[in-house]
Amino acid sequence: MNKLTSMNVSRRQFLKGAGALVISSVAVSEPAGRALAQTAGVGTGATASIKPPLLPSQLDSYLAIGAEGRVTGFFGKIDMGQGVETGIAQIIAEELDVSFDSVSLVMCDTAVTIDAGGASNSMGIRHGGIMMRNAAAEARRVLLELASARLGVAADALAVSDGVVRVQADPSRAVTYAALIGSKYFNVTLEWNKQLGFALDIKGKAKPKPASQYKLVGKPYPAVEVPGKVFGRTRYVTDMRRPGMLHARMIRPPVAGAVPVSVDAASIRALRGARVVQVKDLIAVVAPDEWNAVRAARQLKVKWSDVKPPFPDMASLYDHLRRAPTVGENAGDLFGGKVAVNEGPVEAAFAKAARIVEREYEHPFQSHACMGPACALAEIADGKVTVWTGSQKAHSVREGVAAILGVALESVRAVWMPSPGSYGRNEAGDAALEAAVLARETGRPVRVQWMRHEGTGWDPKGPAGVMQMKAGLDAAGNVIAYRFKARAFSSWDVSSRESDPSDTLPGMLLGAPIKSQQNFGVPSNAYQFPVALAYWQSVAPLLDRASPLRTAHLRDPQGPQCQFASESFMDELAFELGVDPVEFRLRHIKSPRDAAVIRAAAQKAGWEARTRPRMQRRGGMLVGQGIGYATRQGTIVATIAEVEIDPKSGRPWARKFTVAHDCGLIVNPALLKKTIEGNIVMATSRALFEEVKFDNRNVTSLDWASYPILETPDVPEDIDIVLIDRPESPSTGAGEPSTRQVAPAIANAIFDATGTRLRRLPFTPERIKGLLG
Amino acid sequence: MAKRISFEVNGRTRRLDVDPDMPLLYALRNVLALDNPKFGCGLAQCGACTVIMNGEATRSCVTPVSAAAGSKIRTIEGLGTPDKPHPVQAAFIAESVPFCGYCINGWVMTATAALEKNPRLSEAEIRQTLAGLKCRCGSHMAMLRAVRRAAKEMA
Repeated sequence: MNKLTSMNVSRRQFLKGAGALVISSVAVSEPAGRALAQTAGVGTGATASIKPPLLPSQLDSYLAIGAEGRVTGFFGKIDMGQGVETGIAQIIAEELDVSFDSVSLVMCDTAVTIDAGGASNSMGIRHGGIMMRNAAAEARRVLLELASARLGVAADALAVSDGVVRVQADPSRAVTYAALIGSKYFNVTLEWNKQLGFALDIKGKAKPKPASQYKLVGKPYPAVEVPGKVFGRTRYVTDMRRPGMLHARMIRPPVAGAVPVSVDAASIRALRGARVVQVKDLIAVVAPDEWNAVRAARQLKVKWSDVKPPFPDMASLYDHLRRAPTVGENAGDLFGGKVAVNEGPVEAAFAKAARIVEREYEHPFQSHACMGPACALAEIADGKVTVWTGSQKAHSVREGVAAILGVALESVRAVWMPSPGSYGRNEAGDAALEAAVLARETGRPVRVQWMRHEGTGWDPKGPAGVMQMKAGLDAAGNVIAYRFKARAFSSWDVSSRESDPSDTLPGMLLGAPIKSQQNFGVPSNAYQFPVALAYWQSVAPLLDRASPLRTAHLRDPQGPQCQFASESFMDELAFELGVDPVEFRLRHIKSPRDAAVIRAAAQKAGWEARTRPRMQRRGGMLVGQGIGYATRQGTIVATIAEVEIDPKSGRPWARKFTVAHDCGLIVNPALLKKTIEGNIVMATSRALFEEVKFDNRNVTSLDWASYPILETPDVPEDIDIVLIDRPESPSTGAGEPSTRQVAPAIANAIFDATGTRLRRLPFTPERIKGLLG
Repeated sequence: MAKRISFEVNGRTRRLDVDPDMPLLYALRNVLALDNPKFGCGLAQCGACTVIMNGEATRSCVTPVSAAAGSKIRTIEGLGTPDKPHPVQAAFIAESVPFCGYCINGWVMTATAALEKNPRLSEAEIRQTLAGLKCRCGSHMAMLRAVRRAAKEMA
């Protein structure tokens, strides 16, 4: 056994001792000879030559200024290409008064970044921006103090631009940031709220600039990482190699839940260097040559336990959700806390209604289906574990690796590298923990890469649900009572963090205890009804250990499920009452910001009021237009879809989208538009194509033929985006919010085109043909 | 069982002693350390592994290395540089195409092979040429803009 296993240090102890790790590969180099910094008379702005410990309360944990004045931000989140890296660089440059080009970021290397939760919940700018803005503002304040001492002029008589501090009254008297602190450390303590992850909050004494003074924030800088990707110079986690490395491929059971009974090692003997590694129920093949590892995985003969097929017929999935016992419920998602479900008031109001409208909407399991299946590399050397991972939460991977190996947290370093997709809790963290276990077992660095069939067959899934909507109308045609109720699989079979082996596939295969974690969601919008209730009930997973249908966060968790129901139902109610769907929404909204977004989308799309489906025809095609609106964590989005349906084949084409988007202060309008476009296209793919298929033995969506996603013939002709900038309001996030209104906007457009409605996703040609009769 | 196979990659002759059945993808990545053809599916369903072989966009994940013997192969590293970008690369940068970027190799190489043969493609032909490529992040709008832009540049 490796001696690492004898060490066991808790997370709290780690935090105390976190400074022990000093990594030399970062942008700040130690100054020659460790000369004493020039610290005389600058109070809290003292500089130091020796890096202070990596603590959340240290300014040096977030920012460094190199000898030439280059600024490095150490960012405990990542960017999957949605402009976060560029936007954070803009924010840092803005607060520091340096040029945009002089700032770069190191993201989610646990040796040099504080755990800010990784990527999650569209918080890159919303949360990460505040953290880095506060750090940069404080750094500027400290630099001005240093300059004040150097130049003998009060700090408020100084001005900064492009990293040069000048005396306002005599600009010839100047000193650069590089000269003040270049390659030394700030050694300044920040106010820290004693929390890590999403709750991490730090601030210095400095007050950040008001938005009215912004020169760089709000400008459409091009994405910094794009050229590297287009010239083939970006190194992905799949491209990482270490000397002596073994390639591994995982072996999965043909029937979900089956465990290995015996393994025929001789079945791969002909493949040079290939061998089996088995730890409890986890089986892999490893080989020095990748192709031999791939072939070994195909050839390996395993006898699996004879288990009862765990899944119902797929055709009965939604009936199962309706009937299965309830294991959890809440009136809201759990991020808002536990709220008891009280049916009393809404039932009383339904009882008084002149008319009841009830509808059900069905959402399938969906897969992260990343462009390449997960890859990770782990190396154990000199008592240290290093894991290179594509997980969007490298700090969680670090904790998970330490836990699955039973080693001290401070002996583990996780390094995020660009990876094929992410979109929430995909299988990247599973692969990282597998790599760590295999590196321990083989004594060699191990690169694990999943195969395509695992990328949709074994990733954590977005949960399936049946959403039940009910409204009570009075005689005058007003909605007097409104209820949303979801019957669904919990979205938390495994957590969005990989920090506990129980939340990972390898952890479950090694016998980690099974957790029961219940959560789903409710619609998010500004609608007001006299009496309203929104709640969910979850049912038990179909298989509780190592299930290919285990659920976790998939981009905009539960947003598409809940809003598909609530926004389709808004249209159903509008038409039921003979009111235009845009007008109907506005009637139930008091918030001026929400109303402005809906009006902006309607106006830009040339919305024509209608009180019944228009069923228009253009060149033999059925054409329609529909709206979807929703909020997410403060961001407001209205989307109008124009859909064209071929009546012969039933093929729908979402030809055009018009999107109005208010996420508060806009940091970079070009990359915001790019992000919205990506969300709309991915959400269109999910609405029209995506459904994880399974039989009673296992998932049967195992490649791009059995889990199709949108391709170029189905790409919209146009996505017209109206950005509403609110410089006075904080940035509320854009990574996910424009996802959730897409499916209902398309459903509502299909209704406008055909006069009939689909209440089950995805909207396949077969289902549309069925509507048309 | 290993066999000597030679071909030209980005203008340079390379000789490999490999299992002739090994997919070209693994030979490029692991023997020649040319990492830009990516493993996406191993089934020729996504295009991430695309190289240009004798002028044709070719899925290296299902092409045995033996089938590449004597051929001229181009990978994305061989197309252009920041100082001298290929028009397709320049267009992909101008349109800020990639999100995660893992698929980009396939789109750039497929578009390059098609536009070098005929830059005067109609919108329908562009969409048809690129059908069969996957992008999970949803960068397709920018992909199409970039290919239209490159086509104009190359016509």
